[in-house]
Formats: sequence, C-alpha cells, structure tokens
Amino acid sequence: MHGRPRKAPTQEEQEAFTIKASKLRSLQSQFLQFHHKKVYTKEALDVSAKLLESNPEYYTAWNYRKIAVQHNLNLPEVGENEESIKSILDEELRLVENALRKNFKSYGAWHHRKWVLSKGHSSTDKELLLLSKFQKADSRNFHAWNYRRFVTTLKNIPDEKELEYTTDMIYDNFSNYSAWHNRSVLLSHLLKEKAKGYSPKDNVFTEEFEFVRHALFTDPDDQSGWFYHLWLLDQTVKLETLLVSSWPPHGYNLSLSVDGSFGDCSLSPFTSLQTNTRTLPLILYFSEAVENICSSTVEIECENVASNELVWRSLSGDGTGSAQAWLTYLNFPEEHAHSEKAYQVKVSLARSQGIFSSTGVHHGNSSHIEFSVSVPPHCSEDVDLKKEGKISWSDECFSTHDTQFLESVLVNLFHLERTKIVETVVDYQWNITTINTEITHCRELLSTMNCKIGKLTLARLLKAHDTLMSYTGTSHRDVSHHAEILQLYDDLKKMDPAHLHYYQDEYSLVLLKQIISNQELLLKHCRKYRDPSSPRINNFCLRLNNLSLSRIGSMEKLLWVQVLDLSYNQLKTLEGLEVMQLLSCLNVSHNKLCSFTALEPLKLLRSLKVLDISYNEIGTHSIDTRRYLCSSPLNHKSGGNWKPEEFEMHGAGVADYWEAYTIFKDLNLIQLDVIGNAVSDEKIKSLLVKLLPSIQWLDGESCH
Amino acid sequence: MGELLVEKHAKYIITVEKRKDDFESVVMEHLRLNGAYWGLTTLDIMGKLGAVEQDEVISWVMQCQHESGGFGGNIGHDPHLLYTLSAIQVLALFDKLHVLDIDKVSNYIAGLQNEDGSFSGDIWGEVDTRFSYISILSLTLLHRLDKIDVGKAVKYIISCKNVDGGFGCTPGAESHAGQIFCCVAALAITGSLHHVDKDLLGWWLCERQVKSGGLNGRPEKLPDVCCSCDIVISISKSVMSFIDSHVVASQVCYSWWVLSSLIMIDRVHWIDKGKLVQFILDCQDKENGGISDRPDDAVDVFHTYFGVAGLSLLEYPGIKPIDPAYALPVDVVNRVMLGR
Repeated sequence: MHGRPRKAPTQEEQEAFTIKASKLRSLQSQFLQFHHKKVYTKEALDVSAKLLESNPEYYTAWNYRKIAVQHNLNLPEVGENEESIKSILDEELRLVENALRKNFKSYGAWHHRKWVLSKGHSSTDKELLLLSKFQKADSRNFHAWNYRRFVTTLKNIPDEKELEYTTDMIYDNFSNYSAWHNRSVLLSHLLKEKAKGYSPKDNVFTEEFEFVRHALFTDPDDQSGWFYHLWLLDQTVKLETLLVSSWPPHGYNLSLSVDGSFGDCSLSPFTSLQTNTRTLPLILYFSEAVENICSSTVEIECENVASNELVWRSLSGDGTGSAQAWLTYLNFPEEHAHSEKAYQVKVSLARSQGIFSSTGVHHGNSSHIEFSVSVPPHCSEDVDLKKEGKISWSDECFSTHDTQFLESVLVNLFHLERTKIVETVVDYQWNITTINTEITHCRELLSTMNCKIGKLTLARLLKAHDTLMSYTGTSHRDVSHHAEILQLYDDLKKMDPAHLHYYQDEYSLVLLKQIISNQELLLKHCRKYRDPSSPRINNFCLRLNNLSLSRIGSMEKLLWVQVLDLSYNQLKTLEGLEVMQLLSCLNVSHNKLCSFTALEPLKLLRSLKVLDISYNEIGTHSIDTRRYLCSSPLNHKSGGNWKPEEFEMHGAGVADYWEAYTIFKDLNLIQLDVIGNAVSDEKIKSLLVKLLPSIQWLDGESCH
Repeated sequence: MGELLVEKHAKYIITVEKRKDDFESVVMEHLRLNGAYWGLTTLDIMGKLGAVEQDEVISWVMQCQHESGGFGGNIGHDPHLLYTLSAIQVLALFDKLHVLDIDKVSNYIAGLQNEDGSFSGDIWGEVDTRFSYISILSLTLLHRLDKIDVGKAVKYIISCKNVDGGFGCTPGAESHAGQIFCCVAALAITGSLHHVDKDLLGWWLCERQVKSGGLNGRPEKLPDVCCSCDIVISISKSVMSFIDSHVVASQVCYSWWVLSSLIMIDRVHWIDKGKLVQFILDCQDKENGGISDRPDDAVDVFHTYFGVAGLSLLEYPGIKPIDPAYALPVDVVNRVMLGR
C-alpha cells in the first residue's frame, strides 16, 4: 500500500484492523440491502452517509444518494417548497465535505458535489471559499483545480480574474506546476478571444517571458517554470505556415530521361530524372503538417496538364490527411514530334485559400514556384527488370575522385538554397528580438550555474533562432549556431546520462542540419557510384554512414536524393524518409531497427527498388515500439482493410508475420537484404519472395 | 542485481484472491473486479494463469453483470464502465469472450457516449477521458467499435490535449501520466496517434524519471506532498483512500503509465531502462512476494500488477510481453484481434 511501511502489524494493530473490518463489513451489507430494496428512509440514508464518510470511494453509495435525492425531492410534502429542497441538497453538500476531509482525492465525492450544484438550488458562494481551504492544504490537487474551473464557469467569473489567482498561487510557490498549467489554459483562451488587453499577443508574451524569468532565476532546477517557458518559446516561433521547399525546385530546368538508362555519362539528380512512365513527381514541403492540399488550393499552370484533375496525396507515415509533404504526379503526354519538348510549369498557392495546419494556423503567404521540364520525343520499351544487375554497397563502388562532378551537383543544391520560393514578405522582427533577449538571459543564468534544463533551453532557443533566420531569407549559414548547439547536447549527455538518447536524437538532427547546410561538409558525404554491372542507378550518392545518427531530419533539403546510404548508424526509425519520393536505392544496414513495422515510411516510396535492412534488430525485441505508428490490424483505421484470408493463402501464421505482410505487400523491390536479423529465416524469406513479385536478389542470391 | 521472484508473486496473488475478510479486502470490496484483472493479468504474464480456478472466476465475473449489460465492481454493486472493461479483459485472458451477450454489453457502453463524443462512466454523468479509453478498448475487444462515433470520440480526446503535450481528464485539466496513458492508448487503438506531438510529450514523459530510476506522475511533485491517490486515476477509482501517507514522488505504478505511453509513441529509449528495472525489482517483498509502490513499503496486488507489467514492457526475460495499449498479454491481443 502507498507509503505504508512493509512490516507485519503488531497484535494490537491486527486486532484493531479486524474490528474495523467487521464494522465496515456490516455497514456495507446493511447499505446494499437498503439499496437493493430501494429504501430511502432517514435510517437508510444515515447508513450510506456513515459508509461514505469512512470510505468515500464506495461508489455505489454515491449513486444511491443520488437516487434518494431524486426520490425525496419528488415526495408530495417537499413539492415546490424551496426550503425543503434546499435542506435535502445541503445535506448532500455536507456529506461531500466530510468525505473530502477523509479523502481529498475521491472522484465520487467531487462528482457528487457537481451533480448537486448542477441542480441549481444551492448557493455557489461558499464554493470558492471551500476550495481556497483545500487548495491551501494541497496546491497541486487536480480535482480541486478541475472543480475550480467548474465553479468559475458556473459563476461566470472572467478569465482575467482567474489569471490573477494563478499569479498569486505562483508567487506563493514558483514550483506550482498546476498553477502554471492553468495559466497556459486561461491565457490561450484570452488570446484566442482577443480579449481587451490581450491583443496583440506580442505584448502579452513579452510580459509573460518577464514573469516566468523571476521563477527561473529563483530556482533554476525547478521544472515548472521551464515547461511554461517552453510553451512561450513555441508560441514565439509559431508562424503562419510556409511552403519551405519543393521538388522540382524553383527556377530549375529538368529533363526527363525515359529510356531508363543513364549510360556512362554522369548526370546530376538536379538536372535529370530517370523515369519510364513519362510522369514527374511534384512535391510540396511545408513548415508544418497541413491539410487540404488539393486542386482547388494549389493551382498548376502547364500546357497539357489539367490542374483540376490532379490528385494530391499526403506523405505522412501514418497515412492521414495531414502532412508536411504532399505529392502529385504530372503526366506528360507522348509527343509524336521528333524533337524534345520543354514544358513550363507554374505552381501557385494563394494566401488563405483553405490550406490549414494541424494547429489551426492558415497557410499565411501566397507563394509560387516555377520550373521547366524537358520531355524526350519518344518512350522506349518498358525496361526489362530481369536484366538488372545486383547493386553492391561495398566501399569500392563509391568514388570521391570525380570531385568536379560532385561539386557541380552541389552547386546546384546550394543554388536551390538561394533561389527562394517567391512569397510575400512577413515581418519577424518581434520574434527575433524576443528570442535574442531570451538567449542573452539564458546565457547569463548559465554563467552563474550549471543547470541541465537551462542548457537544454539555450539549445532550443538557438535552434529556434536559426529557424527564424532561415525564414527571413538572410543567409543563415553565416550566423547559424550548429557547433554551439552540438556542444550543448554533448554536455547534456554527460550531465544527465539517464536521458542520453533524448540528447542523442536531438544531436543527430542538428548534426544532419549542419552537414546539409554547408557545401564543404556535404561534399565529404557525396560519392560517385560506379559499378559496371548496374548501369541504371543514378551515380550521385549521398553517404551519411557511420555518423552515429539515431534520427534523421532536414528532409526538406533532401527531396532530390535518389541513392542514400545510412548504414552503420543508430537509427531506430525511418520516419521522415517517406518524403524522398525519388529514392531508388537505400542502405540502412547495421542500424537499430527493431521491427518490420519500422519500415512503414518506405511504403510510400513508389520508386524504391533496392533496400538493404541487413544487420538490424528485427525480431530481437518482444515489445514493438512501432506497433501503433503504422497501419495494422490492431488499430481501427486500417482494421477495415485487413484481410487475413489473403494472408492465409501465403501459408504463414498471421500473428507471426502480419508485420512483414503489411509492409512488403506495398513495396516493389527488385533487391532486398535482410540477413543478420533475428527474424530472417527460411520461412520469412519464402514469404518475402511471394510478397515481392519483382524481386531479383534476396540476400545477395538470385531468386530465379 | 535481484531477479523477479515469479513463484513468490504468484503465491501472493493467489492468497490475496482468496482472502476476503481482512481490512484491505473489505475496503477494496467495491472494486474486486479491477483486482481480479490486475491479479490474473499478472499471473498470465508470469505464465501462471493455470493456477486459478477458471470456472469459478468466470461464474463470479458473470454474477457482477447488471441487467443493463454493464458490470459492477462486485456482486450487488452498480454497473460502471471501469468494471465492465475489467470483466471483458478477464474473459479475454481465459479466451471466454463468447460467454458474453456481446450486443448487450456493447449497447451499454455505446449508450454512454455523449453528444460531444465524450463518455460518461455510468448513468450519473461523470465525464473523463479514462472512460473514452475504456469504451474504445472494450468495444474493440468485442469487435463492436462501429457502435460509437469514433471520429467524435477522438475529437473529444484531442480537446483535452494541453500545451505541454499531455492530456487531462476533461478540456483544460492538467496533464497526468495516468491520463496520458488513457488518451494515448485510445488514440493508438483508433489509429490516431498523429494527433500527438510525440517529441514534446515524449520529453515531458521521460523527465518523469527521477534520480532513483523510478518515475513520478507529474512535474515537481514534491516528496512531502501526499500523492497516494493520484495514482489510482487510470483503471480504478481508488484503492488507497484509507492510507494516509507521505510518499516520495517516484512510484512503481507510474512505470506502467509512463512506459506504455512512451512505447506507443516510440520514445521509450529516452529513459534509462536498466535503472527502472532495478527500481522495480527493489520494490519486491523478497519474503512473502508482491511488489510495493517503493522499496520497503507494504505490497498490494495493484502495484504487483504495475511492477510486473512494467518489467514486461522493459523486455525483462522469462515473462510474456504485454501490449501497451490493450493492457493485455500480446498473445491474448493477437488471439482476439487477429483471430489467432
């Protein structure tokens, strides 16, 4: 039992317990008899009261009291007599008060009080007084805080007044998380209503930052204020949703190569795309998840492309109607002319056209992108996949020698960085000033003491600063804080080893951002792929192997990648990869993927042909942490599409292999490596061969 | 490092199951069905369910059913969602869901959904996201989720989301580990976890781990503040009303709520699992079996369940894996949901 020492009771204690138990037992059986026989006399009511006063959790007795109240209010002698009604209800309030003295946290007692007050006959004047008494005794009791919200609504007490109450409670004790919480609720409400004195929000937040600073400087190790500070920070960087990148990028000239071969020449992924279907994926990437991307919110001007017939789909790992990245396909008709034809494409998103984000913020700016696509005159025969050679990931296939080629590709990439999507200009001056002020104060605090959560906050502030700067269009590479942030996470890993992996995940995201936003650093990770036996893979490869990455990010800058090597990292998840619609070859061997369900994001990659997931931990773990983040027969949404019959045909046990089934049935791989996982036995291999009709190579062996 | 004393815990649970007249049993009489779920699930995880008289348990469970279709916490008690779920879970453990009049039970549950998508616990109208979880889970186990408006139910849960990423029992109520478990699990089962800010909530949850390795349920719950009853929020109304206590912030029961929530959003690696395993093992009564809220306190079935289930989530060797959302052994969930 909670807080009670583990020791055998003395004989006296034992006897006292026995007496107490038998008393309570007899009350209980008397009560149940009255309840079942529907007796509501004074004697019966007294029994239930006694029972509840000694055990407020005895819920059936609270129900009985409610039935009794209704019964007694209907008695002829009570009728419309306000006095009698009040007296019946007051008796209930008195009982609740006694019960709460016994147990301040009894759900049944608090609900009974609400039920009585909702009848509308009792005065609510006493309630706040009673609450103050209770809240003084335990300022964190969430029942009391909930009841407080109930009473203030009933009495129409304005939010401004309740906000003052939280100020008092916080001044009383900076550590009162419940009061901070209530403050965030009230303030959100006031800001949303644009109440007098609470608009514009800039002024309000500036004051709140000052207010919370008192708490943080008084006791920097207390979490309550920091959580509130994090909310304020989040509100400060929360802007209207922006279109941050696209594929193809703005200002590009792209040529489609439809004969399915790159031949010998080196082609940049920025100037050519191999396809055998004359279609071009068009990807829009936003600053946060948005809904309602469709032909009526995105206008596309292009000869021979009917904008209103385009189907947009969200690129979210969980397949919902909300995502950061959205995809459609542009189809270019076959031209009979002998010459190549160039199409000009213009994509426009007008301001406030019905695109909204998951946080309710509308797409704020009108923006547009323009690019051109050259389509060759004829389409060759469909490529014969059987001729495909095996792709090798060994080091000797990746060369750094042709630096001229690699650099020329990167010039493209960083040109992309500079060619901003055309959009209306928004003023972020307040946001940047505020973040800068907070950075200064945070540094000041850390100069006097070594505070874990202060360091973390500084890292978050610096990150927020860099993000804001990147939106303003200033060349943020010159002022970015990547190195300092990485140093902070390194410190945190040492200071607070229990949360090592949290810091490592954050570290990975910043490290990737640092690499991707710096041309010289990125060049070190670019390789030219050359393997004479497989001519049909784009020879520009991004190799982010051996970096201890536990998480991947900055996807908005990686939409162009076709060949990606992430091997020898610490990845447990592939979340984010679903937006890399051009990806054809992926190596995630020697990572920490724990289950097939972790591959869910890959299901959306139509062009993925070669996948290496060898030497992970698939099948090693009894608890699957991705089980509810993928569509599965265990959750309602996809439950309807689940057809176990279909599965039985493959002759495998449903419970053992449903994960593999749900992932691989949507993939179109020609080469797969699964060796080195606990799950990779002959059974799973034969299932994979059945699920993947185009497979040519499994674990290095030809399937035919 | 100690190890899990399977035999002793099994013996302890079976003894408590049979004991009906001591003080604790009398105090908890009204939620005996919750107790049965805790005890039996623990036994099943440890591979000891065979030690129980199955027919006796099932016949007693069915006697707790009310004519409305709902179950009370014990024979003669009023029906409530809290005990209806426990009844369904116990029957699922024994593979006996077919003894239920499934339409009757599911109509009772569906009848408690309110216009705004929320659920009342019973006819008396207390609204809480715990009841949303219970209804969604119960109806899923009965394959009758189509009886309610799932979209509205999800929308209501989202309306209880707070700026710290957590969830409260009603809109505006403070986040709490137990409540977060209920909301995250309900969203998991309905395939709606995209509504959760996983990084924000994950950080809030992983910061519940304190220096001892154990977990607390809310930020800055001070050691001198009694929080004994916060913990019973999730599945039961209260077990500990009688114990006046001043407890430290970290307790075994939180290991379940925080861990399962972290697992469902794939952020469990953000805590130190080894330290938590050690904390739970240190809470065992090495002589008489059972697990307590913290080392050297008196044991009870409730904490024995949360301790063993927590170890199962931590992949402790030799015990069955438990499903973080269904709160039932994975093999039981597979049997019910995948048709074995």
